Amino acid sequence: MHHTRRKPVTLVTAVLGTATLALVGACSSGGAGGGQASGGDSTTYTWWDPYPQHDASSDWEARVQQCGEEAGVTIQRTAYDTTALTNQALLSAQEGTSPDVILLDNPAVSTLAETGMLTTMDEFGLDTADVDANLLDAGVVDGETYGIPIGANTLALYYNKEILDAAGVDPASITDWASLTAALEAVTGAGHKGITFAGIGTEEGSFQFLPWFWGAGADLTQLDSPEAVEALELWKGWLDAGYAPNSVIQNSQNTTWEEFLTGDFAFVENGTWQVNSAAEADFETGVVQLPAKDGGVAPAPTGGEFIVAPVQSDEGRYEVTRQIVECMTTPEGFVETANTFAYYVPPTEEGQEQLLAESPELETWVEAVRSAKGRTSDNLGTDYPKISEALWTAVQNALSGSATPQEALSAAQADAEAATS
Amino acid sequence: MTMTTLPTAVGTREDAGGAAGSTPAAPSGPRRRRGPSASQWAAVGFAAPLLVYLVLFYAYPLWRNVDLSLHDYTIRAFVQGDPEFVGLDNFAAVFASSTFPAALWNTAFFTVVSIAFQFTIGLALAVFFRSSFRLSGFLRALFLVPWLLPLIVSSSTWAWMLNSDNGIVNSVLESFGIGQINWLTSPDTALIAVTIANIWLGIPFNLVILYSGLQNVPGEVYEAASLDGAGAWRQFRSITLPLLRPVSAITILLGLIYTLKVVDVIWIMTTGGPGNASTTFAVWSYREAFGTGQPDFSPAAAVGNILILVALVFGFLHLQLQRRQEAS
Repeated sequence: MHHTRRKPVTLVTAVLGTATLALVGACSSGGAGGGQASGGDSTTYTWWDPYPQHDASSDWEARVQQCGEEAGVTIQRTAYDTTALTNQALLSAQEGTSPDVILLDNPAVSTLAETGMLTTMDEFGLDTADVDANLLDAGVVDGETYGIPIGANTLALYYNKEILDAAGVDPASITDWASLTAALEAVTGAGHKGITFAGIGTEEGSFQFLPWFWGAGADLTQLDSPEAVEALELWKGWLDAGYAPNSVIQNSQNTTWEEFLTGDFAFVENGTWQVNSAAEADFETGVVQLPAKDGGVAPAPTGGEFIVAPVQSDEGRYEVTRQIVECMTTPEGFVETANTFAYYVPPTEEGQEQLLAESPELETWVEAVRSAKGRTSDNLGTDYPKISEALWTAVQNALSGSATPQEALSAAQADAEAATS
Repeated sequence: MTMTTLPTAVGTREDAGGAAGSTPAAPSGPRRRRGPSASQWAAVGFAAPLLVYLVLFYAYPLWRNVDLSLHDYTIRAFVQGDPEFVGLDNFAAVFASSTFPAALWNTAFFTVVSIAFQFTIGLALAVFFRSSFRLSGFLRALFLVPWLLPLIVSSSTWAWMLNSDNGIVNSVLESFGIGQINWLTSPDTALIAVTIANIWLGIPFNLVILYSGLQNVPGEVYEAASLDGAGAWRQFRSITLPLLRPVSAITILLGLIYTLKVVDVIWIMTTGGPGNASTTFAVWSYREAFGTGQPDFSPAAAVGNILILVALVFGFLHLQLQRRQEAS
């Protein structure tokens, strides 16, 4: 770039260089175009999923390949990070190079459906009637279903049995907010740390806050309702009383889990995906449902991926794609996925019963998934991400003390209204 | 500051070295043509790869960014390619946003404080290493470590050290009787915390460039000065500082541009939070585009363009400065 010292060229180069340096950092207008063209030939089908932790030698890869073999084709699998997957899908759709199948995080389904890049399950002739309505909701936009959940996970409250025993707390007594707070008081009084959760300023923060938000009876269309304020005051109260560490404001779900594994904490709010890790912990653990404010189980948000089929220019590919989707969504297919991943609860009743017959210890989780609620449900659809951003910002502002819960949520409601109008 | 800045920085340093007095032979580019001769065509041919490169990787993204910011790219419009032209609406929305004043202040604070400390400490170290002593080369190499570490590693480590409850910084402070400081989770200190991490990251860059600038200052000047009875401080003020001025200018300018565009350090440590407490323009832009479940490319591009304009202003300022220096 700087080969010449002649003024005009130096000037142009400097200007362009300056501009681009800022540009690269500020916005790359959609990221690098790494979109992989969907296989040109009719025997290779492309598959994207958000599981980079499962490499080509993993059980998961074998499971995917097996579905391809049954349909008589080879599947070329590419794994992306969850957020990157949405962006890559958008880019590939723009370039007309969408993969044949995507496993997509459930709140993103309505976002992609909105762009018109996904086929409906009706077009594929796939029946979704068996799937639990609360789980399927995330894939329904204006009455059309754009995907099928391949499994579901959700949040519950893990506890450290040794700490609870030492402090004389019976986990079965935790049925509402008051009894949970009393338990926290008891364990911190006995010299332990109370509870940890993820209040980070990303979607994870909203995901973790929603059970309390919904458990108070609040609604995502009214972020500053008295119920919502109560939920945020509960979290804030725990921080102020020292029941929860201040670092929850920047904690991700992984961090909170690491904190719990140190054995210092009595409780952690975390998901189905830690079941195996909990079993391997150095201390005895247990799980209780997240309590609602006045008792009962709070609706936790559903997590998990949908299998979706992007629109292809060559409609002849759909037949094989349908077979691949079917392979993943039969009751046997659901259970096999659940066993491959160890933490995926099947989204149909039949699948759940089969799973429970094999692993009865997952009972709590199956129940949690049944009472869970889709984040994009209540017909929020593509408004959800905007509301969620306002919500996690309010949680951050209130917990960090830059605003009271009431102020923070009022501001959030104003932001959400402005963003969704 | 990222590793990718290295080639540009080194290239520019050569320019700066040239400006400082040495005059390397310049390969002549295409002169103003009075009618293309064969040799001029050849010149164009040689320049073509560079021009194509510039258009593809500099002009096109820039144009695309402007295009994004002038249209309303909803995700549907992004895929379908039929965005509505909205003129400067995106910019108006950015200026009217409640995030704007916060981001403006945070960007100004982050940039100015980062550069002030990076430059001062970098210069002090450069002067310190000028007098070669045993192990000085080794020590100087050690100071480059922040530059060599992947940003995700150094940022995560800083976040871990500054953790409110388990961080090593707080545990040291507490052993001196100072209470817990919520570095990354309090709106009062989050910006300071990311600035401290960024200063640490930027010192090697300043050290390297200023150190090599010092190599161009002839030792006889210092000798003469000390014969005249000038002390260390006097030498620094009357020799080092003035002779380093051109190098200093370019160091500060580059530092300014690099600091304006920092996303990674802040994003990894605080994601711009809590709330908007450490949101700079670059972080804001990144968050709009990639930080939420719903990519909002148009406002993100608008914020990005504002940043580009700010950087451009400083770029021109620097060119002006350099021209005046060359003239005198």
